[in-house]
Amino acid sequence: MLGRKIARHGLTLIATALLGGFLSATLVRVAPGLDADESTLDPHLSSQSIHALREHRAAQHNVFRFYLRSLQRVLHGDLGTSISLKQPVSRLLHDRIPLTFRMVSLGLLMGWAAVMALALSVACVRSPAYDLLATVLAGLLLCVPAAVLALLSVLWNVPGALAVALIIFPRDYRYARNLLDKAYSLQHIISARAKGLTEVRILFWHVIPVVGPQLLALAGVSVSLAVGAAIPVEALCGLAGIGQLAWQAALARDLPLLMNITVLVTIVTLLANSGADVIGHVWRGQRA
Amino acid sequence: MRQPREAPESWQLMMNFQKTIAILACCATFAANAAAQGQLRFCLRSEPKTFDPLKVEDDASAAIRYLTGGVLVRMNRQTQALEPGLATSWKVSKDSKQITFKLRSGVSFSDGTPFSTDDVAYTVQRLMDPALHSATGDAFRSGSGKVETQVISPTEISITFPAPVAGLDRQFDQVAILSAHSPKKEMAVLGPFMVADYKPGATVLLQRNPNYWKTDEQGRKLPHLDSIQLDIQPNRDVEVLRFKRNEIDLINSLDSEYFDKLASTSSSVVHDAGPSLDSEQMWFNEVAKAPIPAYKKKWFRSASFRRAISQAINRNDLARVVFRGHAQAAVGPISPANKFWFNSKLKSEACSPTAALQALQKEGFHLENATLKDTEGNEVVFSIITNSGNKYRERMATMIQEDLHKIGIRVNVVTLDFPSLIERMTQTFDYEAVLLGLTNVGLDPNDQMNVWLSSSENHQWNPAEKTPETPWEAEIDNLMRAQASASDAKKRKASFDRVQEIAVEQAPFIYLVNRNALSAVSANVQGAQPVILVPQTYWNVERLSVK
Amino acid sequence: MNFWRKFACAVLMLVFAVSLAATWLAPAGYAKQDRDATGAPPSREHWLGTDEIGRDRFARLLYGTRISLLLAPAAALVSTLLAAAIGGLAGYMGGAWARTAMAVTDLFLSLPWLFLLITVRAMLPLNVSPTFSVLVTFLLLGLLGWTAAARVLCASASSLRDSDFVRQARAAGIHGARLFWIHVLPNLKPVLYAQFWISIPAFILSEANLGILGLGVAEPLPSWGSLLKELEGIVSLGAEPWKLLPLALLVVVVTSFQLVLSRSHEAAA
Repeated sequence: MLGRKIARHGLTLIATALLGGFLSATLVRVAPGLDADESTLDPHLSSQSIHALREHRAAQHNVFRFYLRSLQRVLHGDLGTSISLKQPVSRLLHDRIPLTFRMVSLGLLMGWAAVMALALSVACVRSPAYDLLATVLAGLLLCVPAAVLALLSVLWNVPGALAVALIIFPRDYRYARNLLDKAYSLQHIISARAKGLTEVRILFWHVIPVVGPQLLALAGVSVSLAVGAAIPVEALCGLAGIGQLAWQAALARDLPLLMNITVLVTIVTLLANSGADVIGHVWRGQRA
Repeated sequence: MRQPREAPESWQLMMNFQKTIAILACCATFAANAAAQGQLRFCLRSEPKTFDPLKVEDDASAAIRYLTGGVLVRMNRQTQALEPGLATSWKVSKDSKQITFKLRSGVSFSDGTPFSTDDVAYTVQRLMDPALHSATGDAFRSGSGKVETQVISPTEISITFPAPVAGLDRQFDQVAILSAHSPKKEMAVLGPFMVADYKPGATVLLQRNPNYWKTDEQGRKLPHLDSIQLDIQPNRDVEVLRFKRNEIDLINSLDSEYFDKLASTSSSVVHDAGPSLDSEQMWFNEVAKAPIPAYKKKWFRSASFRRAISQAINRNDLARVVFRGHAQAAVGPISPANKFWFNSKLKSEACSPTAALQALQKEGFHLENATLKDTEGNEVVFSIITNSGNKYRERMATMIQEDLHKIGIRVNVVTLDFPSLIERMTQTFDYEAVLLGLTNVGLDPNDQMNVWLSSSENHQWNPAEKTPETPWEAEIDNLMRAQASASDAKKRKASFDRVQEIAVEQAPFIYLVNRNALSAVSANVQGAQPVILVPQTYWNVERLSVK
Repeated sequence: MNFWRKFACAVLMLVFAVSLAATWLAPAGYAKQDRDATGAPPSREHWLGTDEIGRDRFARLLYGTRISLLLAPAAALVSTLLAAAIGGLAGYMGGAWARTAMAVTDLFLSLPWLFLLITVRAMLPLNVSPTFSVLVTFLLLGLLGWTAAARVLCASASSLRDSDFVRQARAAGIHGARLFWIHVLPNLKPVLYAQFWISIPAFILSEANLGILGLGVAEPLPSWGSLLKELEGIVSLGAEPWKLLPLALLVVVVTSFQLVLSRSHEAAA
């Protein structure tokens, strides 16, 4: 049963990643500016050079043909060449994935540690003043633009991962807090409290099992939030990761690079969410 | 009385040995510190797209070319005079079609490959290859036909172009010579530095070229610096922060608001070299096939309308408010900083909303409930597009919106991402007015040839005209061609002075301000003399040192 | 209604009322440029100082409140309802429906929607009215902002599908839409409220970022997002702390929304 579920998720992952690549290519193709090259504004360039630059980009006009050719190249291990950076896409991704992976992983760990620490303590302590303080803290972080958090990390000389953690913390905190709040209001929890069970026992034996699958789903979604948060953090902190690359590619309408980054992000998102689904399924099965 | 005992010989030897080690260690530390101090650090605002000097099309790649490329002649950015580089002397023919260089002997590339006329011939042939589509090469392309190189002697080469090239010798300031024989290709360089390491998205490290040919007046080998670290940092707030923390040593093209902030803490680190060659300007869409209403095309194609708009804009306020006084009202296509080519008879348009309104009323426009309308009763409304992320342009557009509101015109300010803006400007022509800037790297107005020629793709207000659509554009075409083919500087100036007069009369571009050349240089850097010409602060990089 | 909820409602109404009174409280308006007093600190004439081109910050804050306070919650409601419909229904129905809906959701999370927004801008005329541009912006944000909550809702609804009270309801003959709307959806409120609460400031900030694409609130109209973007000049904030007031006000409003939505305080009372 579990094996079938994993296989199904695997197939869904491949199909969705392929579809994601195609849709992203289509979005970029449809959006204005695909043929626009900043260098054509150089007054030194002759009309022939300008036409040649535009024709070079025009090769991407037919999305189907472009996508099929890209897929053929992928089968030979070639992810294409970046139009804006004029380097192989595979090399660019290879050089930058480690930094983003480290930053996002560390940011997620730190963010989730803070989320669970605060959400659980608020749920256990049950003090309105403490709850209000936590709400104000989460609200404050939610209202500060991600770019400002990134700049603060530069100002205070702290790692970019902390900025990522601060970006995902308020969003995940609110969900986690509400889920725990709901769980604690269930009848069997009230009974357990009335019967004198300790808070720790109630938490681990009666609350976590109930909210576990939802928290796992939230954790899965956090991965894509963290990857999204990496874009302003890397762009502003000058970190050479996938986020910075994605932003540069978007500004330059670099179709080969954008398509590959989208496929990568789709795979990461699907892996995270599918993993959460599978674990949630096992969890529910064990509880049943 | 006993005599003091002498230390045994072995002990003395050991003491001497220890002293020697200590002295050597001190020397090593000093040397290491000296080496570590000989590193200049600054930021590139974007990823360099290429290390091939012939394919440079962006500022970051141009910076690396300047630092690593060896050129035949170099324009001294301070005196603006041409100086010998790899060529000890040169001669331009009367018809400006041919240039002959006498090359310096005993010069090698960074990898030891000898420099010779072969390399110059190879570079020129590659540069002029039509398939390269190089902006540097296109600057030489004044006519169709092949470029011929002739090796006259082992140290003399002549290059012949099919048509006259205005300012032929100055153009070679941008041509870094490549090696025809080195296996390292474009990574073998003749400039003061060479690329030692490149971390994409992060840094470019340049090391001194051990084979650099130049020496200083005392005969010491240049450059003084051991290395240059270029960090890729697009964000200007972060760049200034790093400068304040002493993590970088200089900032080129410093924003005016940061200039004032840095000046308040230490006035000696900031430099205002005066008006630069760059200008900020706006123009209206005069393309006949543009997808905008016909009545708006009629407005935009009227020189009186354009001049009235120009009169209504308060340029002094733009310079004072947006650039905090570090700019001046622009006059025309050439900045007053370009002393030779600037037409000194021209004056900046004085702001007069009353005069602007009167001029519009003469054209049939009228005010109705504080709203300006044309002869057909259409409300005068148009949009100005500009590139997002440039807060100075966004502020200028908002101030222009307010200025034109005073004469009843409603302006919508739309900021767009750059590719969308370029597509509207150059391909779909789906825009009404644009606010952008022009960065002039060189002094020669021939650099703007493709802006003024009506048939050119970069004739921004109405690109690629099959034939000039107005008599004044036809006149400009003739004048630009005349100045391009003339060899006498006075004749060229006379032609281009007239181009500037027409530009002001007809106002195809509404020139707004010329920004000042602002920079910041750390007190640790010695020898820096910031100027207005790019690359402002490190134009004399081989003579810079860091304490 | 407990004290905190009443207090929060009062705060929200006060903020809204003050923004409506902008015409009287800030008669100079949000667009007037006092070019001789640019970047000025707070004074009697300009209570919160002026911005870089001499516009009164207090007036801009008041007028910006109208736009952001009305439209951001509306867009948040749209995204919450979409999340409920897609995520909640998918979890409730389970099986292939849930798998397909979640695959679509994951795809939505990964795609570069920036280009859809650029395309929408290209389709709108350049002289579109500021009101229309703002409405379109917030509508798009609402239509694109549902994905994160949908996943969590799906997991929640899946858990509820096999819970005792739902089984009891089924046994009692309640099925389909009635079962979903009356028994399942109300138990998804914690996630729905969280989604709504998070979306308000997220959309306010996103609106400002969409300005780089030509969407959002056009000059000279102010919005909280554009005021908050000034915080990016963080290097100088120490010397100009009054620039933090829009942030403080947004935190107050967001906290007030949370207090209004919160159940725990009601339970505590």
